[in-house]
Amino acid sequence: MNGLTFDIAHLLAGSLVLISFMMLYQDRLFALINVFALHAVVLALSVAWQAYIQDAHHLYITAAIALVFKAIIIPVGLHRIIQRLGIHRDIETAVGIGPTMLAGIGLVTLSMVLMLRVTPEADPLAREDLAFALSIILLGLLVMVTRRNAVSQVVGFMSLENGLVLAATGAKGMPLVVEISVAFSILIAFIVIGVFLFRIRERFDSVDIGALDDYRGERR
Amino acid sequence: MSGFSFDAVAAILFIPAGAAAILAAMPNYRMTALVNVGASLLTLLAALSLFVTDRPAPGQYLLIDDLNIVFIVLNTFVGFTTSVFSASYIAHELETGRLTAPNLRFYHAMYQIMMFGMNLAFVSNNIGLMWVAVELATLTTVLMVGIYRTHEALEAAWKYFILGSVGIALALFGTILVYMAAQPVVGEGTNAMVWSVLIEKAAHFDPALLSVAFIFLLLGYGTKVGLAPLHAWLPDAHAEGPTPISAVLSGLLLNVALYAVLRFKLLLAASPQAIGPGPLMVTMGLTSLIFAAFMLYRRRDIKRLFAYSSIEHMGIIVFAFGMGGPLANFAGLLHMVMHSLTKSAIFFAVGHIAQVKGTQKISEIRGLTESHPGLGWALVIGVVAIAGLPPLGIFMSEFLVVSSTFARHPWLAIPLVFGLLIAFGALLLRLTGVAFGEPRGGMAPVEASYVPMYSHLALVFAAGIYLPAPLVAWFQHVAGILG
Repeated sequence: MNGLTFDIAHLLAGSLVLISFMMLYQDRLFALINVFALHAVVLALSVAWQAYIQDAHHLYITAAIALVFKAIIIPVGLHRIIQRLGIHRDIETAVGIGPTMLAGIGLVTLSMVLMLRVTPEADPLAREDLAFALSIILLGLLVMVTRRNAVSQVVGFMSLENGLVLAATGAKGMPLVVEISVAFSILIAFIVIGVFLFRIRERFDSVDIGALDDYRGERR
Repeated sequence: MSGFSFDAVAAILFIPAGAAAILAAMPNYRMTALVNVGASLLTLLAALSLFVTDRPAPGQYLLIDDLNIVFIVLNTFVGFTTSVFSASYIAHELETGRLTAPNLRFYHAMYQIMMFGMNLAFVSNNIGLMWVAVELATLTTVLMVGIYRTHEALEAAWKYFILGSVGIALALFGTILVYMAAQPVVGEGTNAMVWSVLIEKAAHFDPALLSVAFIFLLLGYGTKVGLAPLHAWLPDAHAEGPTPISAVLSGLLLNVALYAVLRFKLLLAASPQAIGPGPLMVTMGLTSLIFAAFMLYRRRDIKRLFAYSSIEHMGIIVFAFGMGGPLANFAGLLHMVMHSLTKSAIFFAVGHIAQVKGTQKISEIRGLTESHPGLGWALVIGVVAIAGLPPLGIFMSEFLVVSSTFARHPWLAIPLVFGLLIAFGALLLRLTGVAFGEPRGGMAPVEASYVPMYSHLALVFAAGIYLPAPLVAWFQHVAGILG
């Protein structure tokens, strides 16, 4: 593998981690969704680049799904939902931005140390992709636990899933990648947007998960 | 013959899938309930035919071996009895207006898709396909948990969805890592995800990568098993969904995830330099057992009570498989079967009880053996069984777990027995209040289907008295495979 192709792949995967960091400190829903759209665009580029250097044409489908579905349809849909629900106010993050960023740095360090240590013999590109992918997954989890709002939890989950797609495309010749990305897209589209948000809206006039939390059934 | 045996596997998959399509199109709810029962029965028969027909050679996607036949038969059997229970339960829900006819159409179609997903997970020979199947089964249960659309049901479904998705994402990452470990040895492409190929060559895989992969897989699928730090979705999902779904969640879906963990445990065991999966599983199992045992005391909702009891028992099972060795594996396998049968029988009883009493609060249910002897005594037998009293089947499997622990690691037996006793106390304490004393709550006679619950309990009772020799031999053989 020559230096330039490697560097480009590295650059794209690294940018994904950076954009994941950007999600951590967004305190408005619209901004968060825009950052997510950017995340999806970079993912699409990264997957397309992998498809090119691995000469694996089916990966172009995954890239196209990422671009059309995650970078365009989902963000536009979420914008609409937020406007209709009238919740374009600030996100109440459960934890402050400072500690969140520190935790994020810790998680990225952890995943680098872990993945680079256990994969000394793997293909260098796949190895770094895995390390980046684990960072993105952990940062996605962090977004999910630091937000109380259903929409931002969904965004966190989608960024986590982007990390999985990155890992799957980095693993050379892995079967079922396209199928898995389709399955995930369907999952997100149907379950999250279709069912839950509308029902939650219908019942509680709020998509704040904190409002749901008061029911525990046991604590009295 | 081989042509016919292929049909058996195909039937297990296509009957539920086809039934789901038919059920989604049928408007009449009485008919849909019947079709649901019929399809489940046919699937059970197809599963039983696996015993007598030749097995197909393991392909790239499907595999039948001695291990998964046990799971498939258990799965389709409880799936069938639950569909019988579900028919009478759902009729009552329709009368009281908690569900509408379109809901039911959706519910029955989802039920069959869930059975399809679970069967697919069991027969899959491909770790990617297995992941997709577990994901499918999870999603359908999420939808069914939220079917009442109440505040609580939605919260439960949301929690289940979020935690389940995170678990499933971690499991996928683990699956990718297994592929990465296999790829240099097996080569690129589908073969590097075929389980029967992986297990042959596992000794040559990079042990460090495989170890990390197993940790992700254990955390990911462990979320679905309901192991202690990751169990938060389980009580809510059990308590707020329709009771037939609680029964299949506890009796079947937890087993599906457990089966996935076991498959990967075998893979790890075949690679001598990788970390031992045993200590991890023992720790998580014990933690779940003791945590759930204490949590049992604070329950006020009867379905939550038994949901925590499921966490406890999955803890015991994971503990037993983590110990390993022929005796502990045998005990774990037996315990899994007994738990599935008993817990689903208990949920059948609890479902009818909650319907006649109009509440799930333990404090508002009293004196069941007087007001509804059929249900009350079923519950008493079920709880006595699940608490591990002789002569029922769970006593025997728990006894085997404890005695094998004493033989191998006596120190581990102390927390194990401690947890068992704590849980035992909690269950009997709750039972006396619910089953005996002055009757309270609704007194209306119940139109219950007693056959499913009493047939489960009879099986558990029979297993406690006498296990047929062929069954013992079969389980010993499977326990040997599990290493």
